[in-house]
Amino acid sequence: MSLAWILLLPFAGGLAAWIAGRWSDLWARWIALGTALLHLLLLLVTWGVFFTRVAPAPGGWLMASKQPWIPQLGISFHLAVDGISLLMLLLASFLTVLAVLTSWTSITRSVGFYHFNLLLILTALSGVFIAFDLFLFFAFWEISLLPLYFLIGIWGYENRVYATTKFFIITQGSGLLMLVAILGLVVVHWQSTGVLTFDYLDLVGTVMSDTKAFWLMLGFFIAFAVKLPVVPFHTWLPDAHTQAPTAGSVALAGLVLKIGAYGMLRFVVPMFPQAVADFTLTAMILAVVGILYGALLALGQTDLKRMVAYTSISHMGFVLLGIFAGNELALQGAVIIMLSHGFSAAALFIMVGDLQHRTHTRELGRFGGLWAVMPRMGGVGLFFAMASLGLPGLASFVGEFLVLLGAFQVNMPLTVLASVGLVAATVYSLWMMQKVYYGANTGDWQVDDTSGREMTVMASLIGATLWLGLYPQPVLTTSGHALAEMKKFAAEARATAARPEGTGSAASGAVAATSPVGGERP
Amino acid sequence: MNPFSALTPIVLLGLTPLVLMLVISFHRSHRLAVVISLVGMALPLALLAGTATSAAPPLAPLLIIDGYALFYIGLLSTATMVVVVLSYGFLERVPGNREEFYLLLTLATFGCAVLTASNHFISFFLGLEILSVSLYGLVAYLRTTRTALESGIKYLILAAASAAFLLFGMALIYADLGTMDFTAMTSVLAAKTREPSVLLLGGFGMVIIGAGFKLAVVPFHMWAPDVYQGAPTPVTAYLTTVSKGAMVALLLRYGQYGGLLDYDSVASVLAVIAVLSMFLGNLLALLQDNLKRLLAYSSIAHLGYLLVAVIAASREGSHAVTFYLVAYFITSLGIFGIITALSDERKEADEISDYRGLFWRRPWVSGALSLMLFSLAGIPLTAGFVGKFYVLTAGVLSDLWALVILLVVSSVIGLYYYLRIIITMYLSAPEDPSSPLSATRRFSLPEGLVLAGLTVLLIWFGIYPAPLLSAIQAAVGSLA
Repeated sequence: MSLAWILLLPFAGGLAAWIAGRWSDLWARWIALGTALLHLLLLLVTWGVFFTRVAPAPGGWLMASKQPWIPQLGISFHLAVDGISLLMLLLASFLTVLAVLTSWTSITRSVGFYHFNLLLILTALSGVFIAFDLFLFFAFWEISLLPLYFLIGIWGYENRVYATTKFFIITQGSGLLMLVAILGLVVVHWQSTGVLTFDYLDLVGTVMSDTKAFWLMLGFFIAFAVKLPVVPFHTWLPDAHTQAPTAGSVALAGLVLKIGAYGMLRFVVPMFPQAVADFTLTAMILAVVGILYGALLALGQTDLKRMVAYTSISHMGFVLLGIFAGNELALQGAVIIMLSHGFSAAALFIMVGDLQHRTHTRELGRFGGLWAVMPRMGGVGLFFAMASLGLPGLASFVGEFLVLLGAFQVNMPLTVLASVGLVAATVYSLWMMQKVYYGANTGDWQVDDTSGREMTVMASLIGATLWLGLYPQPVLTTSGHALAEMKKFAAEARATAARPEGTGSAASGAVAATSPVGGERP
Repeated sequence: MNPFSALTPIVLLGLTPLVLMLVISFHRSHRLAVVISLVGMALPLALLAGTATSAAPPLAPLLIIDGYALFYIGLLSTATMVVVVLSYGFLERVPGNREEFYLLLTLATFGCAVLTASNHFISFFLGLEILSVSLYGLVAYLRTTRTALESGIKYLILAAASAAFLLFGMALIYADLGTMDFTAMTSVLAAKTREPSVLLLGGFGMVIIGAGFKLAVVPFHMWAPDVYQGAPTPVTAYLTTVSKGAMVALLLRYGQYGGLLDYDSVASVLAVIAVLSMFLGNLLALLQDNLKRLLAYSSIAHLGYLLVAVIAASREGSHAVTFYLVAYFITSLGIFGIITALSDERKEADEISDYRGLFWRRPWVSGALSLMLFSLAGIPLTAGFVGKFYVLTAGVLSDLWALVILLVVSSVIGLYYYLRIIITMYLSAPEDPSSPLSATRRFSLPEGLVLAGLTVLLIWFGIYPAPLLSAIQAAVGSLA
């Protein structure tokens, strides 16, 4: 089965919404919603198929489809889905449905183009999650910037031009760094095998010297760290989040941050095992710094949206910690946090968006006592505050617990420090509730409670969070299988390449693109 | 095959200005002049399709018509056709005689064709001078305006000076090697095993100065912003594409045959020029408010990127140069085309502020312009991205890590000013209703078609570059 529908469906839907938007805003909204729902539905079916057919078969951890694209450079249109891709695709699709719903009344300007951008984000991110050719991966990675750039730049808040330009330049710069790293990897592979290819399955087993591995790993790491974001590279995030429209924030927090984590899982860890092992301590320190720094700065914010943005930095620190702790528990935990943070951050950003839509402010100091006028929203807020601070039974508890358990085996002191982040999370979550919903209604707010549409959005997020918190096993099975297979595959490929008589062509039976290179260098 | 029939494309290109001159002296008609120049450019193209497969006959000693030359002739005359279409709308708006413009334009393209096919210093110099002399006239074509005259004179003086350098360089190289024929140079150089003499290196230096002026790379870039701004916009488009493209084509051939790139010292000089161009071009572009000036600096930076691929002159490098050039042609012609087509009698749409809120009035135009700018910035799905990717690949394959990293850093700087133009188009339109909206002119049908075609090509080569790549590999392969 060709996997191209995962990309074509949202893209075509986006185009249709754009065109329909010329005549009717409502049509654009319904087309976008329908497309996203259909995408989600088809992915759920795929998940079912994955369980019954692909996963149990030995070696069959991938559903793949591959076409030559730029044969001169060994680039192919290679799409593949494994467990992790599938989970990320489901998240992306689900959040896009919510993003469409949440902009139902708040976006009134060029609605068609808006929904085109939303669905283009879905297209590009789906591409990132299923691209198994590094050139293709990079292309989707970069394309995902464009719709977000427009989303923030056109429909954002007061300081949007500054925020969107900063976001674009920083992430594009890091992307180019990754491109150089990709090229470096391809050249190393070409020098040792004589095959010029960008195929993931061929490159994953590339054997190289430790120095080269370290520098290439660093190139990938920085690119992904900017997206994640890891602390010294995070400065674009608070601005972009604060200025983005609600759906933009949902896409940023729920999805864009995840492609950073996904990239680390998919590329950094399997490709450079030795370099990653050497880098573990540094990365874990960065992770803990991120956890504490994000939490601390969240406490210092006066802008509600900015505060939620900083909590994202803190949560993503746990993901980094899990990925670099490297054992199965921690990796599984990282995957769960990616999902749970997708839900809770999306919910909090939607809540802030709804509040801002009603009160036209994000200032924490101006809120207060909102529970009295909007108890339903208050209840939702409380639920996600609890989810965010890691209450057992909710999604992030599972993830954070697994990460801490796994990291403890690797580095005890850092894990202890990281768990301090949970205390800080409790403080800022409760503080947020205190400031916004409890106390006297000093601002004398008279606003409507949540509408049925808003409640539907929130209810689905609550359901997802509860499900992941109470019964995470299907997710753990899916991701665990993929993680184990990925590791095994990389190790086997490396062993094949290292064998002296083997010319290093990888086990995947890839088309050995004949190199057009006539250069005389070895 | 009769060796002279291979010359037909160049002969036809040379005949076009002659025919135009005769027709103009009998009957002045703007439309007729346009049609003649279009036909004159299209005929060699049609012939190219037939001759492209035939082996290159030796037309020693001046010209060599191989697949490489034919490819570039095709590229340059196509670009000239685009410029002709754009010029029509532009010249309709200005007073005075219009027909001679096309005379100069086709003559310049003839010079460019000679450059791409030259195999000898004499034809190199002749082609260059035909090109330059026509450009003097073109740059100053609106002779009643002060800026056009200023840029014309500036271009004249600097081009003449650089031609002197070039001649001196040729003389020095001749003194050392005893030949002016590129092919012969290869064998003379191959016979030498010793270090290059001072004469030869000095000659190379002078040739680089001469070529560097045409390419407007730092430090020979001083003329670019003023001339870009002062010249009629179609001429600016021509300067930035055809004139530079021909020079690059020649440089590649000369580099391959004449040993220019075989010496480390020459390569490091070129590397310094490349780095300076990338950084100075991008940094100075940040400060500009005039779109044409901004594009002049951006062009300096892009030629810097291109030089990286020239230095990586393994075969991969020449492919990368050619692909990059094609992408750059499409993009630049598109942007200057949109500037030309949006300008009207009252005002030229060359300030960035003219584009404020364009998206809400002209979504298609600003969409196309955004794509062009994204292509210049090197964002995927555009030809510019594939070009940049190819240049980076060539650099990495030749182990030019430092240059590659610097290229990446400088293109991140460059991103800022492209984004600035793009975001301006998506801002709300100026509030003051009394201010006349600039950039409102409707496109004529040919303009619209040409610009739409360029946009489609931009995306096509960005998504599916494989056919173009194999065409380039076949054409450039004949160089080595």
